Amino acid sequence: MPVYQIVHVIVFLILTVMTLGGALGVVVSRNLFHSALFLVLSFAGVVGYYVLLDAGFLAVVQLLIYIGAIAILILFAVMLTRGLMDKRQSQTNQQWLIAGLAALLTFIVLAVVLWQVDWPVASEQVLASPSMAIGAKGSQLGQDLLGTYVIPFEVASVLLFVALIGAVILARETES
Amino acid sequence: MDTIVLWLTNLIPQMSEPVARLVVHLVYAGVLSFVAPVVVVVAFTYMERKVIARIQDRVGPNRAGPLGVLQGLADAVKMLTKEDITPQNADRPVYNLAPGIAVIGVILIYAVLPFAPGVVGADLNVGVLYIVAVGGIGTMAVLMAGWSSDNKYSMLSAFRVVAQMISYEIPVIIALLMVVLVAGSMQMGEIIAAQDVPFLFTLPLAFFIFFVATIAEIGRSPFDLLEAESEIVAGFHVEYSGMKFAFFFIGEYMHLFVGAGLVTTLFLGGWRGPLLGNVVSDASLFGMLLGFVYFLIKTVFVIFLMIWVRGTLPRFRIDHLLDFGWKFLVPVGLFGLMAVALILKLPFLSSSGLQWVGLLVANVAVIVISLALVSMAARRSRSVALRGVAGADR
Repeated sequence: MPVYQIVHVIVFLILTVMTLGGALGVVVSRNLFHSALFLVLSFAGVVGYYVLLDAGFLAVVQLLIYIGAIAILILFAVMLTRGLMDKRQSQTNQQWLIAGLAALLTFIVLAVVLWQVDWPVASEQVLASPSMAIGAKGSQLGQDLLGTYVIPFEVASVLLFVALIGAVILARETES
Repeated sequence: MDTIVLWLTNLIPQMSEPVARLVVHLVYAGVLSFVAPVVVVVAFTYMERKVIARIQDRVGPNRAGPLGVLQGLADAVKMLTKEDITPQNADRPVYNLAPGIAVIGVILIYAVLPFAPGVVGADLNVGVLYIVAVGGIGTMAVLMAGWSSDNKYSMLSAFRVVAQMISYEIPVIIALLMVVLVAGSMQMGEIIAAQDVPFLFTLPLAFFIFFVATIAEIGRSPFDLLEAESEIVAGFHVEYSGMKFAFFFIGEYMHLFVGAGLVTTLFLGGWRGPLLGNVVSDASLFGMLLGFVYFLIKTVFVIFLMIWVRGTLPRFRIDHLLDFGWKFLVPVGLFGLMAVALILKLPFLSSSGLQWVGLLVANVAVIVISLALVSMAARRSRSVALRGVAGADR
């Protein structure tokens, strides 16, 4: 096997351990702050996946938005909760059996979907149509966002704007 | 890097080209990770202390070595020999990881900085966006440090630092957007190539916003409310001592150098200079050295500007700081961005010389109008306050 392919497989394995280990750590960890940090590790693993798939722009956007903004928001929210460091809190509540059954069923459904669907694995197949060129160079992405998909783009901007105004209103000091 | 790879394969004929490329990249990464922190911190702490001393009419370090040159070394030895204390209830893994992640977040930016023609770690297509993205990692390190120190004031200071850093990321992005619009690409190499006239002269508004917001992002004076000793008891790194504190210190000075390097690359033309490109070729080793020298001169000048600002201005209060970011820099930046986009699309300004003049006029107009509006508002509020106090106004 050529050297690059061996390196590719090794890097993929490391990233898998990072992503899945991080996800496992989120659920298993007793300390809520540690869970949030494991989530950041999981996001970082996904950044690596995007780079492996030659989607540089998406990798950087994932880093910027998930790790630079959403993870920080989650960390803030976690830091402001009570009972954060209480190691004697049990990790499950009374509904653990039903939740476990639901998780098992979801797992079975996802496994069947992953097995049976004929996923295109070669990059030429993925990039065949212009709508699939999300991972292409930034300029193509810009053309698509402001050309073919301009309406969802504008709707998303309006949504973010409404959220921003809502946050400002909620956080504003009420004038007596 | 091709020049260096070529030179290496000529030097050692048995080395094949991919191996030579790998060796060159590894050595570059090693230099950036192990040599650059030490050199940058030692050189620029010395420069900062000397310049601030001269601004304050004193001499500065002059005991350690001739003219105090070994002062950085003395500081390093001091920090290495300090006792490494960990608070009893501190969250150990997070506490130990935080300084490392702070430095990692800064070294990652060095990877896209073009130090010389062809010498860049990875000339990413999305280089500019990458810089902004990696800034978020430093923010996370501050949160980790503040929380794991098991100290109320540490956590409060960490909240404030994160508020300041994320508030000033937006003016940085807007200034970068102006540069990217004019240069036509997010790649650092192409931004340098587009600067036949440095963007300082065509986009002064973007330069001002980026410069101020970079100083705020690094957390230097006058924006250093969060870590100054007389303020919130040294802030989020109060519980760190010895080498871990040294890491935060190193991270701050490396961020200073890389911030100045970014200002140089984006606004002063990077490694471009008088003889490079026409008399001395870009691809030769001498051309690389000359480019590196130009880059260093410009970066040191920008660092001198930042130290000058530090020695001159008093500290901002936290609410003034956030107001300045959100209520001044962001609107002015957005107006500037719209003005730049408008000028770039005007049909009668399509030749590059006229376009640059048009951009300069638009930028200066936005600066003048916004400063006039701010001064009118200040005068109005000051006369209201004076009327309230003394029953008279000017």
